[in-house]
Amino acid sequence: MKTSLILAFSLSMASGAFADWLQFRGPNAAAVSTEAQVPAEELKIAWTADLPGRGLSAPIVVGDKVFVTCSSGPGQETLHVFCFNAKDGSKRWERAMRATGRTMSHSKTSVAANTPCSDGERVFALFSSNDLFAFDLDGNLLWLRGLTFDYPNASNSLGMSQSPVVAGSTLVVQSENDAESFAAGFDVATGMNKWKLERPKAANWTSATLLKGVAALQSSKGLLGVDPDTGKTVWNYEDGASTIPSSVVSGDLIYAVSKGITALAPEKGSVTQLWRNEKLNPGTASPLVLGDHLYVVNGAGVLIKASVKNGDEAWKLRLKGPFSGSPVAAGKRIHIVNERGIFQTINPEAPGGKVMQEIELKETVLTTPAISGGAIYVRSDAKLWKLQ
Amino acid sequence: MKLQLAFLIATTSLPLHAVGDLSKPLEILRAVQKEGQGNADASKAWQQITKTDPANLPEVLKGMNGANPLAENWLRAAVGVIADEASKAKKMPVDALVTFLKDSTNSSGARVVAFDLIQRANAKLAETLTPTLINDVSSELRRHPVAKLIETGDKALAAQHKSDAVLAYRKGLDGARDEDQIKTLAKKLRDLGQTVDLPTHFGFLMSWKLIAPFSNADRSGFETVYPPEKELKFDAAYEGKGKEAKWVDFTSKDEYGKIDFNKPFGMEKSVVGYAAADFVSSEDRPAEIRIGCKNGWKVWLNGELLFARDEYHRGAKLDQYKLPCQLKKGKNTLLVKCCQNEQTEQWTVEWEFQLRVCDATGTAIVASK
Repeated sequence: MKTSLILAFSLSMASGAFADWLQFRGPNAAAVSTEAQVPAEELKIAWTADLPGRGLSAPIVVGDKVFVTCSSGPGQETLHVFCFNAKDGSKRWERAMRATGRTMSHSKTSVAANTPCSDGERVFALFSSNDLFAFDLDGNLLWLRGLTFDYPNASNSLGMSQSPVVAGSTLVVQSENDAESFAAGFDVATGMNKWKLERPKAANWTSATLLKGVAALQSSKGLLGVDPDTGKTVWNYEDGASTIPSSVVSGDLIYAVSKGITALAPEKGSVTQLWRNEKLNPGTASPLVLGDHLYVVNGAGVLIKASVKNGDEAWKLRLKGPFSGSPVAAGKRIHIVNERGIFQTINPEAPGGKVMQEIELKETVLTTPAISGGAIYVRSDAKLWKLQ
Repeated sequence: MKLQLAFLIATTSLPLHAVGDLSKPLEILRAVQKEGQGNADASKAWQQITKTDPANLPEVLKGMNGANPLAENWLRAAVGVIADEASKAKKMPVDALVTFLKDSTNSSGARVVAFDLIQRANAKLAETLTPTLINDVSSELRRHPVAKLIETGDKALAAQHKSDAVLAYRKGLDGARDEDQIKTLAKKLRDLGQTVDLPTHFGFLMSWKLIAPFSNADRSGFETVYPPEKELKFDAAYEGKGKEAKWVDFTSKDEYGKIDFNKPFGMEKSVVGYAAADFVSSEDRPAEIRIGCKNGWKVWLNGELLFARDEYHRGAKLDQYKLPCQLKKGKNTLLVKCCQNEQTEQWTVEWEFQLRVCDATGTAIVASK
């Protein structure tokens, strides 16, 4: 027991000494880096690593390791999980498996659409084919699931992209679609079901967020707060929500992508609506909260700054769009990449906002960046970049 | 606990050939089942297998024979680790892998991995093996020689040797089972004035009896059992949605075998249609019914429901769903239920499906007359 405590402490210290970005939109899916070390004002490409397949899953970072998934082959049946050295982009390991579920997707997306996540000791890689793999950080396969093999109608012919999240000892996974729609909690150590919930039968590409230990599952019906250990309902907001951009948590509040943005204060058994601004309409990108402000990128590629206190709009700044990926932030800067691969850094404190830097990656980018150790990681269908 | 840990460390840190044979850990991986059953034991067995000598790669690949897709993935990942070590140590057992590849009784998935490893270790050898795969039971392995034949045809054409080009393209088409390669070859042959019969190549069922429209109000028609699910009486008429529902003969003119309900019944919404066809098989045999459909659908073979899919307008493609089945010698009756929903957008007009009967490789099974 003592040994395992020391080991657990050492592990947490080890991962804490580095800057982790463990899931889609990083710490708590808030899209804001919690590190003191922020990326430089003038970023350059530090290294580039080639990828053998397509993907719009975001990279994640655990300590000095960068993980990314992709899919290759004529029907994207080969599923890859990569681990790169953050320092120089060299490959530490790669694992290739095969899709056991359906790989059909809209041509714009791909089978490697869901961002992997980690609890600091394990990496969980989910694909649109509903294949789910758990590796330790050295690439040892710990367990796997074929969720369409288990539940044969769970698929979406347009492709799925809901990214899993870890909550304590549970991996929360959503596979929400028109035919066999569910969310489930899996034991992080074994991959066995802890619970499985029927979800609204409707295609859904949003990812869960965690608020005060409760997993907020978004769908066209609204947001359902569930206990990640049991899947039991803690609170339920039923006024509808988007099925593409995901909501964002900040402090004790959740800024739901619901009829524009609706600020919610969920408690056990109830949800209080604080404000709603129907003009804050995210396009594909999910919103983020930085300081006292909420930032939304609308369908026209316009970044809108609004107050978290009442949703009042402060300014609008036209960016170079269009965007499929979401913005992320570190320190006082927001970073986003458009579909044409133009990486943009924005100073949101400048009057009216100001684009500080643009880097042309010269490839289609449909993903959300990851921030770690003062560096930013971006991927395309063929490359992974470190900007520093 | 301490003892268990010591045992685990001992068994996972020694090369497997020093601790025993692979049969036990392979058996554990092959025993994984749905919903994570067997994962805990598989994780330990996987680590043992990854430490085996690369010479045992064919043995590990053999573990994939008859394994379920989950077990195949455990083994595929293990093979990757062993192969990485083999590459580093230049110890890839190429000859044994070639023997494994040539034995078509081994699983297709494992033979695809074997070919990839041969290619990785000795690209020239893989190239010499490529032409031998043109009639392989694995459609994935066929892709290599088909790609080579496309290249050969293109070169012949560039050198003005039209008949050689036609020969290469035709051979490629005969071997091709994947839509992208078939499309490419069909175009090249047609550009050279050749005839290509795609419905026959794919094995689409082109002639059906259709009946519609039954109601799909509130999408409830998907679960409603209408008369064609109880009886197939082609001279009968039933109360339909706003009109009488009667059987009509329909033969598709689409070379991808689309059976379009809109053609005989008009652009209806919130409706259900049925299609029935007989398929005469020369023998009792396993087969696949492959369907592409962007509407809600159900498929029955000889009265047995094979699969049902309640999804609308998310896209369709060839071989979107593969339904393994057993054909009986003589007449087999297929019934397809095809549901159109209430959406009115331009991209929701389609009320159709395409269906073919083939083997697991994708080779069309020709119906007996």
